[in-house]
Amino acid sequence: MSTAIESLVNREYQYGFVTDVDSDVVPPGLSEEVIRTISAKKNEPEWLLDWRLKAYRRWLTMKEPHWPNVQYEPIDYQAVSYYSAPKSVKPLQSLDEVDPELLRTYEKLGISLTEQKMLSGVAVDAIFDSVSVGTTMRDELAKHGVIFCSFGEAVREHPELVKKYLGSVVPYSDNFFAALNSAVFSDGSFCYVPKGVKCPMELSTYFRINSADTGQFERTLIIADEAATVSYLEGCTAPKRSTNQLHAAVVELVALEGATVKYSTVQNWYAGDENGVGGIYNFVTKRGKCAGANSKISWTQVETGSAITWKYPSVILQGDNSVGEFYSVAVVNNRQQADTGTKMIHIGKNTKSTIVSKGISAGYGQNSYRGKVQVLPKADGARNYTQCDSMLIGNRCGAHTFPYIEVENNTATVEHEASTSKIGEDQIFYCKQRGLSAEQAVSMIVSGFCREVFQELPMEFAVEAQQLLGITLEGSVG
Amino acid sequence: MLDIQSLRAGIAEREILKGIDLVVNPGEVHAVMGPNGSGKSTLAQVLAGNPAYEVLGGSVTYKGEDLLELEPEERAQRGIFLAFQYPVEIPGVTNAYFLRSALNEVRKARGQEEIDPLEFLDLVEERMKLVEMDPAMLNRSVNTGFSGGEKKRNEILQMAVLEPSLAILDETDSGLDIDALRIVAEGVNRLKRPDNATIVVTHYQRLLNYIVPDYVHVLAGGRIVRSGGKELALELEERGYDWVLDAA
Repeated sequence: MSTAIESLVNREYQYGFVTDVDSDVVPPGLSEEVIRTISAKKNEPEWLLDWRLKAYRRWLTMKEPHWPNVQYEPIDYQAVSYYSAPKSVKPLQSLDEVDPELLRTYEKLGISLTEQKMLSGVAVDAIFDSVSVGTTMRDELAKHGVIFCSFGEAVREHPELVKKYLGSVVPYSDNFFAALNSAVFSDGSFCYVPKGVKCPMELSTYFRINSADTGQFERTLIIADEAATVSYLEGCTAPKRSTNQLHAAVVELVALEGATVKYSTVQNWYAGDENGVGGIYNFVTKRGKCAGANSKISWTQVETGSAITWKYPSVILQGDNSVGEFYSVAVVNNRQQADTGTKMIHIGKNTKSTIVSKGISAGYGQNSYRGKVQVLPKADGARNYTQCDSMLIGNRCGAHTFPYIEVENNTATVEHEASTSKIGEDQIFYCKQRGLSAEQAVSMIVSGFCREVFQELPMEFAVEAQQLLGITLEGSVG
Repeated sequence: MLDIQSLRAGIAEREILKGIDLVVNPGEVHAVMGPNGSGKSTLAQVLAGNPAYEVLGGSVTYKGEDLLELEPEERAQRGIFLAFQYPVEIPGVTNAYFLRSALNEVRKARGQEEIDPLEFLDLVEERMKLVEMDPAMLNRSVNTGFSGGEKKRNEILQMAVLEPSLAILDETDSGLDIDALRIVAEGVNRLKRPDNATIVVTHYQRLLNYIVPDYVHVLAGGRIVRSGGKELALELEERGYDWVLDAA
């Protein structure tokens, strides 16, 4: 590739700083004892501890999956610390009590937790390592009956809801990483939108890993009751460290009859350096269940960070006429590897799913789309449309597609389209001839490629995602 | 404005331009003609700075600066515009966004403020009339799925918005029917000003019925073998290129 396509990827990761706070860290290692310790630290009820222990025992019988198209050194699960919390975090009466150092951290990340400075329209739950440091806009949300709080709080304040829905979409036995998460999860966000309520603002969780050698195992549970609507955003960053860190989260979404849940992620975990040293292992299970008729769950993700991404946000289309959507942009650069996609399981009649996946590979990055569309025997009239496009920048990267289609009902319609393209020198020269720089040209071409996905993002995120993409690819064009 | 001296250039170690001399002054229209493979498009690409071509010798001075030292975008920002023979498609990027970004870069280089989006819309819609383009084209992806004629008109629209000092039209007439040719040519003519210049690269004389050149140059084997006034184009039309080549 010419000069134009080699130098746009390598700008410094700007969220790579470390916050100096005193942390309460559980020593590395995993055992029933550690799980009891975590549970005790959180003053959890007996039923939850039992659930964790069941998950742990199940996990011991499971093997780490090796079918993804990624390569990494074996993970020593005994070398990971499963709990880290800034010492200053106690149950807070208000956000004014949050450690100023933590507030500054989030300011640096562009997230303001202080109410007076906050942009209207977005409520934020900030998760720092293993705990939630604060949730904003709660009073406003409470007026509408919307519950938005940390997972720990939900366990204390709304145990009936947690008990009813925890593990209802992703059971602890689901897979290796989900079982691990179920055993050791520390915090996360919880949201419940009551019947008929349209959540008045965007909800957002901002995840930050700070401590070294600590895994982050958060759990998010979002329930939209009948005819409720909620839009949820998730952002993630981590310091630059030369060791790999494990992030094994679980997200469960439940949409009851007529409800709509829209979940958007801009994932920018530290990706490791240009030689593939360090970075986050992002092994995440995300799944939504359209439990009721006419419900809808929509996943939109922009994945630019992490050394390795293993993630398949999925939808179980149980209710008749329910709708599942998956819009994804996954970017890999340098030595990053991503194996990501979705599963759409059609159970109910006239269920409909749409998958739009855009994979961008630069440097030595390897990007795999893995998707499964399953139509069960009773899903009369089920429809799926899948579009899977890959773009290559340079000639040392790779794009792979693994679509699985299983149809057991002959009234179903399943379509799959795929394409692979390369950013052409001719495109870049054309843009330059009109006065644009190579960086602008690539960012414009890539944004154009991702347009169908960006259109699905909430406004604030769309701009961020577009900028992030430009930064991530900077240096891949020279 | 433009002073080309002994310019030699090639692609993939093959020398195509073997010593070009050409001077273009403000207000002039130059036609560069010649048979296929004579180096016409190479000249256009080299002036625009296409990195696929290598300059092997000679010099090009543009408004007192060494043009060959400038990046393609710097040349564009200083007022050089190439209307591509094969305009490139950019899926997902709207024409409006592309053009406004380009205009803002050019304006920045001229020390002007970025254009307000509404003001831009007024400007572009006015210029679209010049090339008889439907404003709906603004929301379509750059050149994506455009017909040959639409692509060429889109090039002239970009030129009309960017208002270059030196426009180079590379085979703009190729693939155009007679109506489209007339529209494109009229667009070019209306953009003509005493302080800008145009180089029209073409194989056929027919475009020159609409865009009347002050000078005609015949390129063959990488050299300008004959220069003259507009009547030279007519003579070429009548007698073919062999006549000049034999004479050279």
